[in-house]
Amino acid sequence: MKKDITQKIGFGFVSLCMFITIFFLFAIIYFISTRGIKVISWEFLTQAPRNAMTQGGVAPAIVGTFYLTLCAILFAFPLGIACAIYLCEYSPKNYVVNLIRVSINNLAGVPSVVFGLFGLTVFVKFFGFGVSILSGSLSLGILILPIIISAAQEALLAVPQSLREASVALGATKWQTIKKIVFPAALPGILTGVILSIGRVAGETAPILFTAAAFYLRGYPKSIFQEVMALPYHIYALMTEGTHPKEQSAIAYGCCLILLFLVLLVSGIAIFIRQRQRSYYHG
Amino acid sequence: MDENAIIKIKAQNINFFYGRQQALKNINLDILANNVTAIIGPSGCGKSTFIRLLNRMNELVPNTTLSGQIYLDCCNIINSSVDPAEVRRRVGMVFQKPNPFPKSIFDNISYGLQVNGIKNKEFIEERVTESLKKAALWDEVKSRLNESALKLSGGQQQRLCIARCLAIKPEVLLFDEPCASLDPISTAKIEELITDLKKEYTTVIVTHNMQQAARISDKTAFFLLGELIEVGDTHRLFTAPKDKKTEAYITGRFG
Repeated sequence: MKKDITQKIGFGFVSLCMFITIFFLFAIIYFISTRGIKVISWEFLTQAPRNAMTQGGVAPAIVGTFYLTLCAILFAFPLGIACAIYLCEYSPKNYVVNLIRVSINNLAGVPSVVFGLFGLTVFVKFFGFGVSILSGSLSLGILILPIIISAAQEALLAVPQSLREASVALGATKWQTIKKIVFPAALPGILTGVILSIGRVAGETAPILFTAAAFYLRGYPKSIFQEVMALPYHIYALMTEGTHPKEQSAIAYGCCLILLFLVLLVSGIAIFIRQRQRSYYHG
Repeated sequence: MDENAIIKIKAQNINFFYGRQQALKNINLDILANNVTAIIGPSGCGKSTFIRLLNRMNELVPNTTLSGQIYLDCCNIINSSVDPAEVRRRVGMVFQKPNPFPKSIFDNISYGLQVNGIKNKEFIEERVTESLKKAALWDEVKSRLNESALKLSGGQQQRLCIARCLAIKPEVLLFDEPCASLDPISTAKIEELITDLKKEYTTVIVTHNMQQAARISDKTAFFLLGELIEVGDTHRLFTAPKDKKTEAYITGRFG
């Protein structure tokens, strides 16, 4: 009898937690959607802002976020995967390598504004890239490196040792084994890391605050050495600056909705790719 | 022993350590060409460790030490100047659990050819067909070579692994408990296959199953606690073991 009640309480508790979580998820989507949908229009998506941010659209910010995300991934993806391959497949098992591993994991916990300041000091000033897409995406790239590295490491470790042995036993070199067997088998898992990091990059504000983002730009960037508008920073600016708070906050919700949609879209594409890979690998 | 038999592999004074723990103690064993040599013994006696030396697989395990000589024909394959990839091309291995690559059936077989630098498509196709036929798998898979190898049953997967080995034309085949995870029917098929392949290959099989050793092997070696206790003609070893420990093991008194 008592066992039964304990079980019910336990089940009730975990269900409640699940319900609370779902509630917040839907609340976010509901509030952002209902407030944001009012300003969404073709004009909003394709035009630049006008009349002190109260009219027109946010197209430059959408484009800017797209560029920043793309460049950050292009930078962090190969670098992160190469690091993970080194750490999993090549590195000797010793104190120094363990220290490196721990440091990388800790890097994931560093507040993002720190990466922003780092980007300002190193990319903007020291390397002289200025406030630009390049500086911003490098800062974002460093922010997501630990996420990509740990996801890739986990995926590589999950590849059964027996596959490595089978390949080596056929006369393949270690590099051939990694390139043709281990990496393809780990790819679906690695893509999970990329999915996570795309969402993170698109939404981060602090790292681009001093390195890439501009409050208002008339046109679109023509090279990676120019500054850009970006959705998360635009939202921040709309809510804290300017002289028409009411109109501005409506636009800010519109931006939130677009950001939410963009992240969902990109994640959706990545999940689709991963699923196709998986179904092939698992018969 | 047959006086005219050619010795394919000669292991001399083999001592092998995992860290400080000695896994093999002064092993001397000759493996005859075109023979099936079975290695039997209880778990942890060093059977697998021994055959993994024959294709230098133990080099993948960190912190191990090896002394002694292993001659393949007349070349000492343990010598550090010998390319381990070349040794593994000549000495193929089939593992305990079927481990096909998560690729198509065709790509599983062609992989070994590709990593060894063969690019000619026609040649690869021919060799894939030939290998699958030799492994008695062709009829079951010929219409679905592009499907994932993971869709095959366990027994089919193991025969695929054998075909994968055969594709690169090794001289020696090592089987590390190839039927340990298979049902009796699949096991029978693999055993039949090993008997067929004997004509062309020198075969070494590690097995827990003494009936299996008795059925398919010409010579049997009995390992215990890292030592080679007895080796001889299979029939003789099972009917008239010379060593007390061998007798105790094959009559099921321990192990």
